[in-house]
Amino acid sequence: MSGNLPNRRLIQGNEAIVEGALAAGCRFFAGYPITPASEISEILSARMPEVGGTFIQMEDEIASMGAIIGASLAGTKSMTATSGPGFSLMQENLGFACIAEVPCVVVNVMRGGPSTGLPTSPAQGDVMQARWGTHGDHPIIVLAVSTVLDSFEITVRAFNLSEKYRVPVIILSDEVVAHTRETVSLPAWEDLEVTDRISPDTPPEWYVPYEGSSSGVPDMAAFGKGYRYHVTGLVHDVRGFPTQRPEEIEAFTSRLFRKISQGFHEIQKVETVFMEDAETAVIAYGSVARSAHRAVIMGRSQGLRVGLLKLVTLFPFPRRLVEPVLHQCKAVLVPEMNMGQISREVNRVNSSACRVIKHNRFDGQLITPEELMPRIEKMTS
Amino acid sequence: MAKEVTKLVHEYLRHDKKFPHVWCPGCGNGIVLGALIRAIDRLGLEKDEIVLASGIGCSGRMPVYADFNTLHTTHGRCLTFATGVKLANPALTVITVMGDGDATAIGGNHFIHAARRNLDLTAIIINNQIYGMTGGQFSPTTPYGSHASTARYGHIEHAFSISELAVTAGASFVARATVYHATLIEDMIKKSIENGGFGVVEVISNCHTEYGRRNNMADPVTMLQWMKEHAVTVEKAGKMSPEELAGKFTVGVLADVKKPVYTEEYEKIRKRAGAPKAGERA
Amino acid sequence: MMKEGERYELIFSGSGGQGLILAAIIFAEAAGVHDGFYVCQSQSYGPEARGGYSKAEVIMSKNPIDYPKAIRADLLLSMNQASCDHCFEVLKPEGLLVVDASLVHQIPTNRSVSIPFTEIARKSAGKEMVANMVALGAVGRISQSVSLKSLETALVARVPKRTVEMNLKALHAGIEAAEAVDLSALPKTIVPEDDEL
Repeated sequence: MSGNLPNRRLIQGNEAIVEGALAAGCRFFAGYPITPASEISEILSARMPEVGGTFIQMEDEIASMGAIIGASLAGTKSMTATSGPGFSLMQENLGFACIAEVPCVVVNVMRGGPSTGLPTSPAQGDVMQARWGTHGDHPIIVLAVSTVLDSFEITVRAFNLSEKYRVPVIILSDEVVAHTRETVSLPAWEDLEVTDRISPDTPPEWYVPYEGSSSGVPDMAAFGKGYRYHVTGLVHDVRGFPTQRPEEIEAFTSRLFRKISQGFHEIQKVETVFMEDAETAVIAYGSVARSAHRAVIMGRSQGLRVGLLKLVTLFPFPRRLVEPVLHQCKAVLVPEMNMGQISREVNRVNSSACRVIKHNRFDGQLITPEELMPRIEKMTS
Repeated sequence: MAKEVTKLVHEYLRHDKKFPHVWCPGCGNGIVLGALIRAIDRLGLEKDEIVLASGIGCSGRMPVYADFNTLHTTHGRCLTFATGVKLANPALTVITVMGDGDATAIGGNHFIHAARRNLDLTAIIINNQIYGMTGGQFSPTTPYGSHASTARYGHIEHAFSISELAVTAGASFVARATVYHATLIEDMIKKSIENGGFGVVEVISNCHTEYGRRNNMADPVTMLQWMKEHAVTVEKAGKMSPEELAGKFTVGVLADVKKPVYTEEYEKIRKRAGAPKAGERA
Repeated sequence: MMKEGERYELIFSGSGGQGLILAAIIFAEAAGVHDGFYVCQSQSYGPEARGGYSKAEVIMSKNPIDYPKAIRADLLLSMNQASCDHCFEVLKPEGLLVVDASLVHQIPTNRSVSIPFTEIARKSAGKEMVANMVALGAVGRISQSVSLKSLETALVARVPKRTVEMNLKALHAGIEAAEAVDLSALPKTIVPEDDEL
């Protein structure tokens, strides 16, 4: 039983995100109050100064996003947290982080939308916004959390991926995960694997800030370290200066995508339950994955050969991990607290005879295992 | 003098990389850039310690020419990026350069809150009373009755006074100059950095291409002449009647006070929270 | 006692300001941190800080918990009539309803225990405000799913220092009141055996 583990604490998902961020080395947070993400700000306002970091409450979410980019450029791992309305405001500078390749983590605790929507109710309506919310072609990493422990571990992972690939990473939580308290035993910081961005070791006069190595990820110099270079939201050449030359533009955009696609094996992650002999499966993420998990257990107790594929990485969409499931199963159920967003991705990668069945709930309530059961029974028969 | 200028150009500009610049012949932006590097030179600051950040517009292109840590951010947001930079590394001298639309329209909220927060930043606002780069649309400082590409019948809105707004919002240091008063700009930037809190240096500049052309001042000399004739020093203005001051604006220091600075206050919070000392932090 | 793979679900319901969420958190901390169970504690409430509805849930299990909300509650605490009416349908037929005797008069099941929590709070600790802790003590004793010592430890850690004594008094008064209840005298289920045929 879980009783044997040391350092047991009863904490909310939002608090676990805080602990994950601090453990990963985040030392700068800028945010603006919003339900249901405010606890992240509140707790960090106390925790950041304790570890010598900085917390600042900005005038809005646009400013919060700008501030974390600035802090990251000065060499500090940084994060902001918000919910739908604030996430909409962050899209502008999120694009800057993509084009200037500034590592940072953005937490979006999803609530009902659009607009002010349902401030205190869970939803999963921001999945496509997380992928495509900022304008223009851009690569981005989106991870989903479904438990309090997830909230800790995936936050650490988000920082590691962000630092390694120099890309903003979005963590999608939701009101259920954010506000549910669970007992967890968090590992000591020294026991965690933490990745830091690679600083250049060349003399400043040799530093080419946006050249990129074979991995496509350029070394990153912090402001003030002797490498005086230019950072811009304009498309730029390898030296960081604006360019309009087609061959440089193409090389730049290609590299932005290549650095992520070369890391698919590391970035894309799913979890499976009872998938070995499954004839049908539920594909779910976030808090809904927990409802699906229970439904799958209920199904198994009735003798149904149903399994669960829980998506941890939503984007880049883990096609190579979803496709085998679609080939294995005669049908998959994709329950979501939206009108159907990840189900579009599942359909997009489906090249087999597998039926993709949507199950959508958008009344501000968590999908229950009981409502999934008839769908699973029907799909299995 | 010429030799002195060449020396500064070689020292502070990325002269071999990004010139010729994008600004129109006669543009005031070059005068501001010149004043900025002279002020930095006089302060004896290391180039590695300086971050020059900008937003979008003609002024936004300034950092690309200067050999500092340079950051060309999104429209209106430069103070938010600068806030992050400064908080993450308070040892850096962070200077922002913005235009009037950049700082007081799209970035107006960030501007007043940066002034209120009193972080050690210097905000240079080049006020040419128009959106130049996008083609002469009216800005928050376009005078009532003047013409712009989006005010074809004459402008019906009223202009912000940027420096007065900064004073009210709580900036520690506020000064106004014009590109006609080039050495004043230099002095004001130096004073602003020396103040140690949030400083604003508003520089009235000329966009003869987009503003002057539509308002009977189509060449830079006419616009500089206008600045010379309408600027009154703060000291002199104190002795003038409201009637005498009508249509004029003040130049010089409008505020220079000492207030608790954000980074110093935050360091006290860290101490109260029991943070390890700066050198021992993980 | 709870078997492997089983869930034990409690709901604490009432109106905003009655401190039901705090009671649920203390219960969850006792069961999760001190007694070593897996727990999930969640809540829902209206936008009002005072008044309005308030509901907190605790799920306990010896195994990791998948679905984090109550499916069929084993125990429902209702501190007012509205919440009792609202939450009752989630209670299992063999579940137990615990109500504040002075605030809930229409009791929808005979598998119920009525204890005057608010009155006991006033008499034992001098403040109606701690009725939540009286109820917590009673629920802890009646459910027999958490150790009373753990409840005490969790309470001390979660309430403001200067109120510890008052809250502990209330907790003990609740435990004591529950000891007087004879659970074996209650029907085993509200569904008559005939209905199951």
